Amino acid sequence: MNVFAIKGTIKLGLKSLWMHKLRSTLTTLGIVFGVCSVIAMLAIGEGASRGVKDAMTRLGSTNIIIETVKPPDDEITTSDTSTINAYGLTYEDADSIRNIMPDVQVIVSVREMPAEAFHKARKATVLMMGTVPWYTETEPVTITRGRFLAGTDMKGELPVCVVDEQVAPRLFVFEDPLGKFIRVGENAYKVIGVVRTGTPVGFDNSYNGMKAKTASGVAGNIYIPLTTAKSRFTDMSLSLGGATGRNIEKVEINKIIVKVPSFERVLATRDVINLLLEKKHQKQDYKMIVPIELLRETARSNRIFKIVLGSIAAISLLVGGIGIMNIMLATVSERTREIGIRRALGATKMDIIVQFIAETLLLTLAGGAIGMTLGAIIPYFVQKFGQMETIVTVQALLLSFGISAAIGLTFGLYPAYKAANMNPIDSLRHE
Amino acid sequence: MNVVEVKNLSKTYQMGTVLLHALREVDLQIARGQYVAIMGPSGSGKSTMLNLLGCLDRPSRGQYFLGGQDVSDLDDTELSQIRGRDIGFIFQSYNLIAQLNVIENIQLPMFYQGVADIHSADRATSLAEMVGLGERIKHRPFELSGGQQQRVAIARALANDPVILLADEPTGNLDTASGSEILTLLDKLHDEGKTIIVVTHDPEIGKRAQRTIHLRDGQIEKDLLN
Repeated sequence: MNVFAIKGTIKLGLKSLWMHKLRSTLTTLGIVFGVCSVIAMLAIGEGASRGVKDAMTRLGSTNIIIETVKPPDDEITTSDTSTINAYGLTYEDADSIRNIMPDVQVIVSVREMPAEAFHKARKATVLMMGTVPWYTETEPVTITRGRFLAGTDMKGELPVCVVDEQVAPRLFVFEDPLGKFIRVGENAYKVIGVVRTGTPVGFDNSYNGMKAKTASGVAGNIYIPLTTAKSRFTDMSLSLGGATGRNIEKVEINKIIVKVPSFERVLATRDVINLLLEKKHQKQDYKMIVPIELLRETARSNRIFKIVLGSIAAISLLVGGIGIMNIMLATVSERTREIGIRRALGATKMDIIVQFIAETLLLTLAGGAIGMTLGAIIPYFVQKFGQMETIVTVQALLLSFGISAAIGLTFGLYPAYKAANMNPIDSLRHE
Repeated sequence: MNVVEVKNLSKTYQMGTVLLHALREVDLQIARGQYVAIMGPSGSGKSTMLNLLGCLDRPSRGQYFLGGQDVSDLDDTELSQIRGRDIGFIFQSYNLIAQLNVIENIQLPMFYQGVADIHSADRATSLAEMVGLGERIKHRPFELSGGQQQRVAIARALANDPVILLADEPTGNLDTASGSEILTLLDKLHDEGKTIIVVTHDPEIGKRAQRTIHLRDGQIEKDLLN
């Protein structure tokens, strides 16, 4: 075989396939779907593991997050009159964690309070976050102007605040926010800094409060010293609605973040904290989030997802391959006479094998190419409508090209072998 | 010089328990440039003779020299190469390849000899012109009449300038007029010095040939020079 022969063989193959356009198209469908699902699988898998990695960097792999949750409804005593419903994490909880484990690096307690903030005539609905100076060590906030809260702010319970980049433009249009005052309720807070908060994407939406915020039309966060928050805000919050009319909810702290010194101690620390809190809380009014565990869980579900998609891909590639082999066998027996003629005109067995394998390869590679295109498009829609990150890699494309070629060779071999070993005398007489 | 030299050639087929002697110890020499008709009733061994002379089959015993080379013991690949290079087949039912046009059909034997497309296209075009189909080189077989198809087949048989032209009932599927055109073409090739062996029932071909060999029961019954 020389270069001309290869070119000629491809030309011949294309002609033969073109003779049966519909048949060729239908035959390749199996490969199209198979290759398509291989690429989609890899893209979604790749996207998911990137998502996990991103979430890990954002949450910190040595963090333990404890959040206040509303206990199940049946534990709340209901009556016609107003009730005070106290639940959630307390300052005492934060203190005892600090006391029991002195080597735990940072404990961040956070109080979240929805509020209306004013500057002159401008108004914004915000989330007041009472927190500590080292909040920035565990949360994805970067200071863009001024400074974050400091120890002296805490000690003096000072009326200062840091606003995020979502809130700043709502309240300050043509002015520099630094040094200006924001009024919340009856108190005024001096702006000492502006921060950019990490834009949360991916699966951690549910526990950074983003969903709740966007749902209630909150513009952004205003951070004040936790001590200030304790003295200026009551622990009560009023919520209207529900069958019981008025409910007064009492929540001290919404979130405590614990930073464990080393990776290995995360799970043990979680167990200790859990024991401690179980003793103090009768109701299940808190939850613990361990990013490491989330990572493991996500990795496991990713693996299952990959296995499922991988099986679908493998089965459809197998079925596609068998379909191609079936059609090639039919083609070979249909073209018995042609094979006889070619043999009489000097084609060796190898020439015939090459010809039929080339045809099978052309079919599978065409199918592979269509599958690759679809496989690159589908993840795009998954990302757009399914809210899942997907990444189509060059490796995935090369892999599926290799798979289609391998299928062409594997399933083309037997029909080609059969064609080559037909007796030329009998084939020439074949009607 | 003899281009075909057959010595003591036998072919037997095993049909179940019966041994069928298709050819029995045949000796035959065909000189270069001869026009030979091989005739005989069905079952006389004509087809077996054709298959052996065309290197489509191997003899059970005996030797076959084609153009001086002993081809009796060659393997399948070597036989394929001999067929492509030294033998030009002309079949009763033309046997053109349906998906290829005239020029591509004529190119096919050259393709299997590894001739580059540009060179074989030139030769195929001149061969198509020689058989009178220069205007139809892009036509596909189904667009041609039987006589035209057979002329394409003859052009194809000449592609690699073979040692012998081997025709099997070349006029069998044609009406008298087209058949006689084909025979005229064969005469012309003979005049140009081609060695032509025709296996046929047709006494008309027998008359045109220089020599007729009559087979009966796997043996040469008569070998006549016209």
